[in-house]
Amino acid sequence: MLEALQFEFMRNALLAGLLTSIACGVIGTFIVVNRLVFLSGGIAHAAYGGIGLAFFFGLPYVAGTLGFALLVAMVMAAVTLKARPVGMALGVILLDLTPGYNVDLMSFLFGSILTVPTTDLWLMLVLNGMILLAVACYYNDFLALSYDEDFAQVRGVRVKFLYFLLLAMVALSVVMIIRIVGLILVIALLTIPPYIAEKYAGSLKKMMFLTSGATIIMVAGVCFFISLLVEFLKAKRFFSA
Amino acid sequence: MNEPIIEVKDVWFFYNGIPVLQEVNLTVRRGDFVALLGPNGGGKTTLLKLMLGLLKPERGAILVFGESPRESSHRIGYMPQHLHFNQSFPISVLDVVLMGKLRPGLGWSRYSQKDKMAAQQALERVEMEEFANRRVGELSGGQQQRVFIARALVDEPEVLFLDEPTTSVDTKHQTDLFDILKELNKTVTIIVVSHDIGIVSSHVKSVACVNQQVFHHDDAEIKEEMIELAYQCCPVDIVAHGLPHRVLQTHE
Repeated sequence: MLEALQFEFMRNALLAGLLTSIACGVIGTFIVVNRLVFLSGGIAHAAYGGIGLAFFFGLPYVAGTLGFALLVAMVMAAVTLKARPVGMALGVILLDLTPGYNVDLMSFLFGSILTVPTTDLWLMLVLNGMILLAVACYYNDFLALSYDEDFAQVRGVRVKFLYFLLLAMVALSVVMIIRIVGLILVIALLTIPPYIAEKYAGSLKKMMFLTSGATIIMVAGVCFFISLLVEFLKAKRFFSA
Repeated sequence: MNEPIIEVKDVWFFYNGIPVLQEVNLTVRRGDFVALLGPNGGGKTTLLKLMLGLLKPERGAILVFGESPRESSHRIGYMPQHLHFNQSFPISVLDVVLMGKLRPGLGWSRYSQKDKMAAQQALERVEMEEFANRRVGELSGGQQQRVFIARALVDEPEVLFLDEPTTSVDTKHQTDLFDILKELNKTVTIIVVSHDIGIVSSHVKSVACVNQQVFHHDDAEIKEEMIELAYQCCPVDIVAHGLPHRVLQTHE
C-alpha cells in the first residue's frame, strides 16, 4: 500500500478521498438530520444533467456541473421552503426526468478517484474551505434550524437564508463527490456514514467528526480494493505476457 | 386591569383560500394565563403562530408589546408542539435549553458561561437539572416537555407561548406541568393552546375559544355556550361529559 503512494495519482486519490470525507461529514450530517436525502438525490441527478450539458455545449466540466447543480438546488430550496415533503417528490421526479445515461459519461456514474488531477484537488480544497467556514460561522443557527425551525425563527435566525445556503452547500458537495465516487454512490456516501454516526454522537458537532471518520474509512476501503484490483490485473497481464 | 401586551385586531387568515380564522379580536393583558381552547383544525395553532410572527395575517394587525411580533421576539418564549421533534437527533438536554439563548449573528462565538448558568437554572426550575448531559431522545415524553419549557424560559421572556404542552403526557404529569406553569405565571404572562378542557379549567385565568372565530372569556369557568361555540361541529355532551353542571373555580 505504501509503495503505491510513490505514484502521483495514488497520492491525489488519497487526498481527494480525505477532502471528500470532510465534506461528507459536515454536509452528510445536515442531510440526514434535516431529512434532505431525496432532495440531495435530486440535486445529484441534476448535477449529472449538468455534466451532460457541459459536454454538449463544450463548457468546462466543473463550471457546467457546479452552475447547474447550484441552480437546481436554489430552485428546490425555493419550492420546498414552505413544504418540505415536496422536496422528496421533486427529487423523485427529477430523478425520473434525467436524460438517459450517456456512455461517454460513464466515468461520472462511477467516479474516477484514480484520475483526479491536482487542479481538481485545489478546487476541492477551496470548496471544502467554503463549506467549513459557512458552517463554523452559523453553527448554532444551523443547529437550531435543523432541530426546531419554528423556534429558530422566533429566536430571529434567518431561516430562509440558511436553508438556501444549506442546499447550495449540498450542491457543492455533490459535485465534488460525483467526481470521486460517481453518481451512483454519492448518496450512499452522503447518508450511510451519518446514519451510523447519528446513533453514537452526543451532539451535531461530534456527529460531523464521526461521519468524517467513517467516510475516511469507507473511502480508504474503496481505495484498498481498487489497489488490490489494479495489482491483480497487473499480475494477470504478467502471466498472460 | 393590567396593560394589554398582545393585541390581535380584526385578523383573517386563510390556508389555500379557505378561511381558518375570521375577524379575530383578542387582547391579552400582562399577568394573564390564557388557554386557547378549540377543536382540531379550529385554528388554535395558527392563531399562536400569528402572534409569534411565524405566520403573517392576510388582513388585520397583531401587536406584541406595541410592536410587530418579529420586533419583540426577544421578549417571547415559545414551546412548539411536541410532535415535530426528531427523536434521533444527536443533541443534549443542555444544548436544547441553550438554544433558547440563541441570538442572531452570534457567529462562531460559543455560548458564554453566563448562558450556561442560565440554562442550568432553567433546568432546575423544571426539576430536570440532573439530566443536563443526557440525549433528549432518551427522555420520556413528559421529561422532554419540561426541557422544552426550560428552553422557552431560559431567556427570561415576559410572555410564554405553549402549543399543546400536555400531548403525550399522562394525567399525573399533565397536572405537574400545569402546576409549574401556574407558579411561573406569577411573573410571566402565559398563553397555552390545548384541547383538554379539564386540565385547563383548574389552572388558567381566562379562556379563549378558537373555532374560526375567537371568543375570549375573562374567567376560566367553562360555560355551556362556550363549549357550543367552540365545538360547533359536534354534540356538546360528547365533549363535555356533563360539564354544564360542573361549577369551576373562578379567578379574582
